[in-house]
Amino acid sequence: MTDTTAAAGRRRTAPLVRRGAALLSTLGVIAVTMFGLIFVTFIIGRVMPVDPVLAVVGERASKEIYDRVYFEMGLDKSLVEQFWIYLTDVLTGNFGTSTLTARPVVEDIARVFPATLELATIGVIIGIVFGVPMGVTAAVYQGRWPDHVVRLFGLFGYSMPIFWLALMGLIIFYGNLDWVGAPTGRVDVFYQDIVPPVTGMILIDSAIAGDWTIFWNAVSHVVLPAAILGYYSLAYISRMTRSFMIEELSKEYVTTARVKGLSERAVIWRHAVGNVSVPLITVIALSYANLLEGSVLTETIFSWPGLGQYITNALLNADMAAVLGGTVVVGLTFVGLNMLSDVLYRVLDPRARS
Amino acid sequence: MTEELLRVEDLWVRFPTPSGKVVEAVRGVSFSLGRERLGIVGESGSGKSMTGRSILRLVRPPGQVQAKRIMFHDQDLLTLSERKMRQVRGNRISMVMQDPKFSLNPVMTVGRQIAEAYRLHTGASRREAKRATLEMLEAVQIRDPERVRDLYPHEVSGGMGQRIMIAMMLAPDPEILIADEPTSALDVTVQTSVLRIIDRLVKERGMGLIFISHDLNLVATFCDRILIMYAGRVVETCEASRLHEAKHPYTRGLLNALPRLDEPKAALEAMTRDPAWTEAPSVDGYL
Amino acid sequence: MASDTLQSTSHTGWRAWLLTDTPASRMQARLGQLYLGWRTFRSNPLALIGFLIIVALVLMAIFAPLLAVHDPYAQNLDLRLRAPGEDGYWLGSDDLGRDIWSRIVHGAPITLQIVAIVAVTAPTIGLLVGTAAGYLGGWIDVVLMRITDIFLAFPRLVLALAFVAVLGAGIENAILAITLTAWPPYARIARAETLTIRRADFIAAIRLQGAGPIRIITGHIWPLCLSSIIIRVTLDMAGVILTAAGLGFLGLGAQPPLPEWGAMISAGRDFFLDSWWVATIPGLAIFIVSLGFNLLGDGLRDVLDPKRKSA
Repeated sequence: MTDTTAAAGRRRTAPLVRRGAALLSTLGVIAVTMFGLIFVTFIIGRVMPVDPVLAVVGERASKEIYDRVYFEMGLDKSLVEQFWIYLTDVLTGNFGTSTLTARPVVEDIARVFPATLELATIGVIIGIVFGVPMGVTAAVYQGRWPDHVVRLFGLFGYSMPIFWLALMGLIIFYGNLDWVGAPTGRVDVFYQDIVPPVTGMILIDSAIAGDWTIFWNAVSHVVLPAAILGYYSLAYISRMTRSFMIEELSKEYVTTARVKGLSERAVIWRHAVGNVSVPLITVIALSYANLLEGSVLTETIFSWPGLGQYITNALLNADMAAVLGGTVVVGLTFVGLNMLSDVLYRVLDPRARS
Repeated sequence: MTEELLRVEDLWVRFPTPSGKVVEAVRGVSFSLGRERLGIVGESGSGKSMTGRSILRLVRPPGQVQAKRIMFHDQDLLTLSERKMRQVRGNRISMVMQDPKFSLNPVMTVGRQIAEAYRLHTGASRREAKRATLEMLEAVQIRDPERVRDLYPHEVSGGMGQRIMIAMMLAPDPEILIADEPTSALDVTVQTSVLRIIDRLVKERGMGLIFISHDLNLVATFCDRILIMYAGRVVETCEASRLHEAKHPYTRGLLNALPRLDEPKAALEAMTRDPAWTEAPSVDGYL
Repeated sequence: MASDTLQSTSHTGWRAWLLTDTPASRMQARLGQLYLGWRTFRSNPLALIGFLIIVALVLMAIFAPLLAVHDPYAQNLDLRLRAPGEDGYWLGSDDLGRDIWSRIVHGAPITLQIVAIVAVTAPTIGLLVGTAAGYLGGWIDVVLMRITDIFLAFPRLVLALAFVAVLGAGIENAILAITLTAWPPYARIARAETLTIRRADFIAAIRLQGAGPIRIITGHIWPLCLSSIIIRVTLDMAGVILTAAGLGFLGLGAQPPLPEWGAMISAGRDFFLDSWWVATIPGLAIFIVSLGFNLLGDGLRDVLDPKRKSA
């Protein structure tokens, strides 16, 4: 009758060691990935351009500037040395100076990042709040009309160019209905730079400052871009929720729950969704990361002063240091979010926990 | 013999397939159940599991269940509303499934899963449910129920998982238990102990048991009465004690395919199947 | 659990031959599978719509010169920004007085070209990398998969942007950049498939018969990876179209005056509130085409993916 006690005992001594090993290997993978990420941007910035100096200073630069930058970039040294310098620079947060703003790239990024974070966070919340119930409904009514509606709605989101949808939204809700603010960034032009930046997120900052006029103005500006990003993350989240749920609902424990006499609602939401919530965390982290990408195009439309707009502006002005700095930061955020989802997975899933 | 708890009349289960054919998993099965242990034996695909699930109306779509009636006391289960049916499931008729690895919810502690079943039908408080949970765990001979209560299903062995499953399904004190291959996924060493627990609880509580298995020997030693299913039909029914008198060639074939210590043979007989078995009408298995 | 007694609805002639449970030859079995797949596919109206959209795109690209009623590059500043239906521009004209319908039609081959090139190159790279990693294993696997992970660590558009920034704007570079960012998922899929297939008994049997790794990979593993790769390609094409359009929109893809749809939206951006159609119509074209690929991909997955079929 005690066939489990021994096994349980063994299981209890092992976890610390195993957990440590798992953590180390995860950290190793992350370190290698980050290293590779920096390496790829190095290749893009230094090796691929015919003349990396020209890419940095632009064609109009004088001879002195050209030479100064040539030595500053260490182009007289070997590639290995150059990479070493680049690597230490990036790791110490030195991405060089933006030719466009004449400020260190890292300062620029610190200034614009909160705006993107604010937008993406609202977007992902919209995605979760609507996407999860839609996915669950679609799975429960698999093959019937609610399923088709949800799937089509999601596929539409997958198929629209985000910048186009943003323009359409502006035509309707700004041009025709005048329900939302103009695409002038986070607030109307005459409200800009009034609220002291604390978190860098205007909704929070204006609330802290108690300036409700600006707060509501900011709300009217954030609604449309956030809804559009939210639609994209909804499309992804609902699709994944649906496929997870379909698989889950075919499992035997769901039958067990029905045998117990539970209502369909309890079977679905307590038992099946409870199991799905663990892999969903990964999906949500991924969709958060995807919104970073979506924000590149959305921000240009709405003149949203975030990382996406910063990168595209830099691109159009051949500001390579800023482009590469932005790319590295986006990549690192991506890796960071993946890591976070991995950690959450371990914490939330009892099977991974022990 | 005894009073009839359940009476299944002319049960059919059909599955339409994507290619437009219809697979008939159960074809006109009739039987009844008293406060006894009824074994349903058959090979995989003979429809025995579907028979069990039909009683609880848990055959998944696109499967379709049809019967003249499925009488539980004086109610026809087929005509009950889904809400009324839920009051039968778990509460009055319950089921233990094959593999606890899959049939327990992996992200819920076993204590919560047992308490959930108990509270649902008794409306008991959290504290009462906790007490009942511990009591049930003890009833299925789990030592240290306080500790096991907080474990997740992957942390217990197969044998313990199945005992937890039994505890969960018997917590609301049902009248009928359907055990669908309850020991097939377990190690041989723990099979007997799990069977003994089922046997004792069923007897103590005066329940009816439908024991579904592919193992003729096991059913013969464990049950009072046996239905033998083949290709969706009952081909023979008999008292377990009179199994050796069975006449149907399929049953005989099964019996002859078993090695016996008292009558050693050089080679066991292989089954020759007669297509006529598939076509012969179902035998009824009423009390 | 289900009984194998079939109540067969009788089929006649070629259909019975296709649907038989006991095919006499490998070809008959394959054709039968194909027929069953087609039946599943046909019963999914959405997938059929997707298929038709793509057929229409291809026809449009082939017959572009015939379908276009105007020269897509001919400017007419007297007739600029005409609304749809005005002055013979049934989809309106843009800011340089060019016929939007004709430009859309001539944009079809550009989109198709991008899609076709990426659809051939990216999966090929991915297949090579993935099967090599999965079959050879060891440090080759580790190195190749780490590289794959690094590429996956960038959001696709951002990496493509960085590539194009260095390579210079233009449609060729846009395609190159998209390919460079599109192959890693295929490598992942191919590796996963290879790992499962590699351990299969039939591969062991083939090896015992003396087949070398090249033969096993090209003759047995690649064909088996194909169905999951095809599904992924179809679903991916929508993303490729959107990325290409995004690059075009930012002015980094196809350059003016090429009638690339993303670039056309960008051109309409300056006056989208007054002349909505200039930005709206090319966007609709992108939307319809990528929806077509998405619908088709979804349908193909139902047909080709045996795991989902049984679920």
